[in-house]
Amino acid sequence: MGGLVLRNVSKRFGPVGVIDDLSLEVGEGEFAVFLGPSGCGKSTLLRMVAGLETLSAGEIHLGRRRIDALAPGERGVAMVFQHYALYPHMTVRQNMGFGLRNVGMPATEVEAKIAQAAALLEIGDLLDRRPAQLSGGQRQRVAIGRAIVKQPEAFLFDEPLSNLDAALRARTRVELARLHQQVPSTMVFVTHDQMEAMTLATRIVVMNAGRIEQVGTPIEVYRRPATRFVAGFIGTPAMNFLPVAAVEAEGARATAVLADGMRVPTAIPATRLPAGPLTLGVRAEHVVAGQGSPAVVEVVEHLGERTLIHARLQDGSALVYAEPGDSALRAGDAATLQADGSAVHLFDGAGRAYHAGLNP
Amino acid sequence: MSGAADVLAPGAAARPVAAASAAGVGRPSLLNLLFVLPYVMLMLGLVAVPVGFGLWLSFQDYDMLGGWNGSVGLANYVNLLSDRIFQGAVRNTLLFVAMTVPAFVGLGLFLALALNDGLRRSAVLRSVFFGSSVLSVTVVTLIWRLVYMPERGLLGTVLGAFGLPEVNLVADERLALLSVVIVTLWWIIGLPMTLFLAALQQIPREIYEAAALDNAGRARTLWSITLPSLKRTILLVAVIEAILQFQIFGQVLLITGGGPNNASRPVVQFIYEAGFRDWQLGFAAAASQVLFLLMLLAALGQLWLGRRQDRG
Ligand SMILES: Nc1ncnc2c1ncn2[C@@H]1O[C@H](COP(=O)(O)OP(=O)(O)O)[C@@H](O)[C@H]1O
Ligand SMILES: [Mg+2]
Repeated sequence: MGGLVLRNVSKRFGPVGVIDDLSLEVGEGEFAVFLGPSGCGKSTLLRMVAGLETLSAGEIHLGRRRIDALAPGERGVAMVFQHYALYPHMTVRQNMGFGLRNVGMPATEVEAKIAQAAALLEIGDLLDRRPAQLSGGQRQRVAIGRAIVKQPEAFLFDEPLSNLDAALRARTRVELARLHQQVPSTMVFVTHDQMEAMTLATRIVVMNAGRIEQVGTPIEVYRRPATRFVAGFIGTPAMNFLPVAAVEAEGARATAVLADGMRVPTAIPATRLPAGPLTLGVRAEHVVAGQGSPAVVEVVEHLGERTLIHARLQDGSALVYAEPGDSALRAGDAATLQADGSAVHLFDGAGRAYHAGLNP
Repeated sequence: MSGAADVLAPGAAARPVAAASAAGVGRPSLLNLLFVLPYVMLMLGLVAVPVGFGLWLSFQDYDMLGGWNGSVGLANYVNLLSDRIFQGAVRNTLLFVAMTVPAFVGLGLFLALALNDGLRRSAVLRSVFFGSSVLSVTVVTLIWRLVYMPERGLLGTVLGAFGLPEVNLVADERLALLSVVIVTLWWIIGLPMTLFLAALQQIPREIYEAAALDNAGRARTLWSITLPSLKRTILLVAVIEAILQFQIFGQVLLITGGGPNNASRPVVQFIYEAGFRDWQLGFAAAASQVLFLLMLLAALGQLWLGRRQDRG
């Protein structure tokens, strides 16, 4: 047993570079989620770990072994595919037993493992059905079961929930979290859905265009995003970005003056900020209504437990903030808004983030 | 829109359009027949009437020279069953089907598996194997007569180069049918190969990747993943080829003429000779009905086998 180590891994398809010199360590028993927009190379990375794609450069280690030159079946990993990839002509039982029979495991042992996994996933009464006779959620469980019976060192999941409807997705998410408690293997999970990443991960690896933007716990990437990309990608609604007209030092702290004149006294040390244009980032829940700059309400979204207000400041920049669920605001109403300086972030021209307290 | 709804549900004009069309959908109406009438007419005129006429003809004494001499009941069929040449023709046809259909399935599958990759070489070979299918039977037999020609033919030359004695396939009673089998395979192996290639490309790549992660080797993957996924196509090729090969005619006529000593005469040639050489249309029609029955039984038998395998 052991963790997964990627060392200087690169992948190019002909002239196109997809993964660029990526290094990462996933600890043993961790639930690591690779999060990033479609096309950023998450699947490619996962497939390189599984042995379905060759490496252009670099090394992959799992436990004590270097695995990047081994055949897929010899790597000690099991993969759950986005479209399940169940064998359509085999029953559920045969699907789950295929890999075990291929390595010559005795039939009684195969049966025992299938029964054990079936009990864990509550699919015992489906064992004699074919995949075509199962619902999407059931197929997903069988695909997970097929991985579990192999008792791999690492599980690889490639967007396994994206084909499920919203209710089932939420439920399966919780079940995966529970599964991770019962099956203490290393898990690597790929998704473009930040909600899945936040709820499942012990650590999130945020990827963008074949590079890692940030590695951290869900709370870290939410509270202290390393870059503007991470800040914008994580959290619903997306973080507001407002151009900063000037920065004034008040004591050791910087006060940002926005384009419409709003003054935001931050907790960010002024000396650490670079010269050049800055952008202020503030989440919807950190915008305080009833004081500060005048704004006009444009769209009101009632979500039940809270209401999202899309407003526009006088300089034309857009700002989303949260009101209680019973808010009576309507489009066209006037509001006054103030960003809570203790919770804002500043980003420089290259997208690098500056937070209150210690910077990473 | 509302016009169509009126046609489908006459008298519904007063109701709201949505309700009218909802009521009209799926409701039987003689007017609906109008839409399929052209097809029905064609079907009746070109298929049902000739088939019925053929069946009727097989119970008549109908001679192109002597004219119609009334119904003879089952006499044509009785005569057929005792006709030694017809018996031989049925045997030849069955033998021919039994040799070609498995060969088409096996060889087509083999070629498809071997050529199902992105290599340029495979693309060229796919075109080569399919290319001969576009030739007409006359051209194909011309080519193969050059191969089979005694002494100067390609086959004789090749065998001679290895110091082997010459075999004259076409003139040998036991080998004449085989010579036609070879020509037929060479001619139209492209269709089964293409059907198998299309089926292979329908198998999702992810399933092969799952099999690789499941430690399945090449043989295991072929046996447990690829072949089961092709089951329907194998059945399709077998049924299509059986129906086609029961009607073997042109190649035989042009290569062996049915000989030597009737050793390669198929049923269609028998029908052709009875009807258009001896002008006994009733007799020929009866032979056609027997052939039709044979084909029907073969196709149904294969479908039944396939259905049983599907369940098992
Ligand atoms: N076999 C391939 N050949 C060429 N380009 C590929 C191949 N597979 C993936 N890519 C490219 O690599 C990039 C990353 O793909 P992928 O890893 O599937 O992204 P993700 O899973 O993050 O959505 C995409 O731009 C895609 O077009
Ligand atoms: Mg992907």
